[in-house]
Amino acid sequence: MGKFLKHQIKTWGLTELFKGLSVTGKYFFKKKITVRYPEEKTPISPRFRGHHALRRYENGEERCIACKLCEAVCPANAITIESEERDDGSRRTTQYDIDMFKCIYCGFCEEACPVDAIVETRVFEYAFHERGPHIQTKDKLLAFGDKHEPQIAADRAVDSKYR
Amino acid sequence: MFDALQAFLSTFLFDWLAILITLVIQTVVVVLPIMLVVAWLTYAERKVIGFMQVRMGPNRVGPLGLLQPIADALKLMTKEVIFPDQANKYLFIIAPILALAPAVAAWAVIPFGDGMVVADVNAGLLYILAVTSIIVYGTIVAGWASNSKYAFLGALRGSAQKISYEIAMGFALVTVLMIAGSMNLTDIVNGQQGGMLNWYLLPLLPMFFVYFISGLAETNRTPFDVIEGEAEIVAGFHVDYSGMTFGVFMLAEYAMMILISFMTAIMFLGGWLSPFEGIPVLESLFSWVPQLGWLAFKVSLLLFVFLWLRATFPRYRYDQLMRLGWKVLIPLTILWVFVVGAMKYFSFGPWFN
Repeated sequence: MGKFLKHQIKTWGLTELFKGLSVTGKYFFKKKITVRYPEEKTPISPRFRGHHALRRYENGEERCIACKLCEAVCPANAITIESEERDDGSRRTTQYDIDMFKCIYCGFCEEACPVDAIVETRVFEYAFHERGPHIQTKDKLLAFGDKHEPQIAADRAVDSKYR
Repeated sequence: MFDALQAFLSTFLFDWLAILITLVIQTVVVVLPIMLVVAWLTYAERKVIGFMQVRMGPNRVGPLGLLQPIADALKLMTKEVIFPDQANKYLFIIAPILALAPAVAAWAVIPFGDGMVVADVNAGLLYILAVTSIIVYGTIVAGWASNSKYAFLGALRGSAQKISYEIAMGFALVTVLMIAGSMNLTDIVNGQQGGMLNWYLLPLLPMFFVYFISGLAETNRTPFDVIEGEAEIVAGFHVDYSGMTFGVFMLAEYAMMILISFMTAIMFLGGWLSPFEGIPVLESLFSWVPQLGWLAFKVSLLLFVFLWLRATFPRYRYDQLMRLGWKVLIPLTILWVFVVGAMKYFSFGPWFN
């Protein structure tokens, strides 16, 4: 009988409904988690894998030695490399293309590189509106690396403990 | 005020022309604010639901997103209205009008303050009940004219649901007019004078809930919106509507929501009466609030509850919805008719003197 009465009070008092309402009512006053993107941005990890860049040594010499490990490891076959002997006898790339449509941003190229030449930066706000510019050539990648070198170096320095 | 205007106009115009002009002005004065409230109610809905989901809601158009309804209206008006190939074109166009017209017409008898009413009809309650019932036709005709299975299913569900809940709603109104002894909405509010305890909320508490729940079902709001049921029948009766024809359906739905809130406030929450009547200090403290202000306050609270419910509850299953209507609400209302009868017989409380 007591159980029956309890059930009836629960049913006719709409207790469950009011419980549900109180939950949504509480959330109404909570701090909103929305990030208003162009004005606000979420923090980015130093390991973020965004746009690619080719780095140089401090004396201006390009790091890439055309070992083609990145080309071999790339699961999407996005990297194309041609190499030649330079006048001073060292091996350098004549062509280093990354197809940004093929790239899956796995970061394997960066891991494979023995000289830290190819890196993925924290830049992610770029877009291609037609075919053509999506092939990032050696010149473009080097220029991109020059432009963002301080940030790239800082990110590598933070992560160096774990490599 | 409008009588004075009519008298002034009839000094230099035909009598019938003076009456016509006054009527048109009265209509505009009532309908235009309602349409504006409808527009910003959609904004409020998205904002409230967003807040309850720990989001921000619309905040891109204008400051705080306040111009969002204008953007929405522009979008709807510039979109193409598509007529399905096999649709009945005339019925297809008439349906949204059939849905909107009663939702607007019902406002004729709603008092916004003591004497602030377009038509002070003695059978006001009956008129509201009769006119709002016609909205079912908008749904059915829309479902039929679209010549689509989904739309037709939605329309069938909608009509069955609305007819079921109309009975519970009607009985809830019966208790109100038993207690008030009048069907005139102004008289009903004036019968609740003398402080919060004299409102019909207390003796009719279950009826308040029944009326509000039936109101949710009548307006196809969330726990009862099987008529739209996007999970199983896409969008119900208005799948094939686009552009402004769709917009008119939305307008009708929100106008009905506001109407139900007004009716609840008038019948159970003392309409435009101050809740502090008879309380010594507070009464004089809040005496500056106009009648319309109190009514608007109560109505916006009820509208907030509408949105709150939508943010909280999942949709009823169709058979559960029918069970609630026929096996719970209708017996409860009939029972309460007898309870109110007994209360009246024994002159119970401050309500039956």
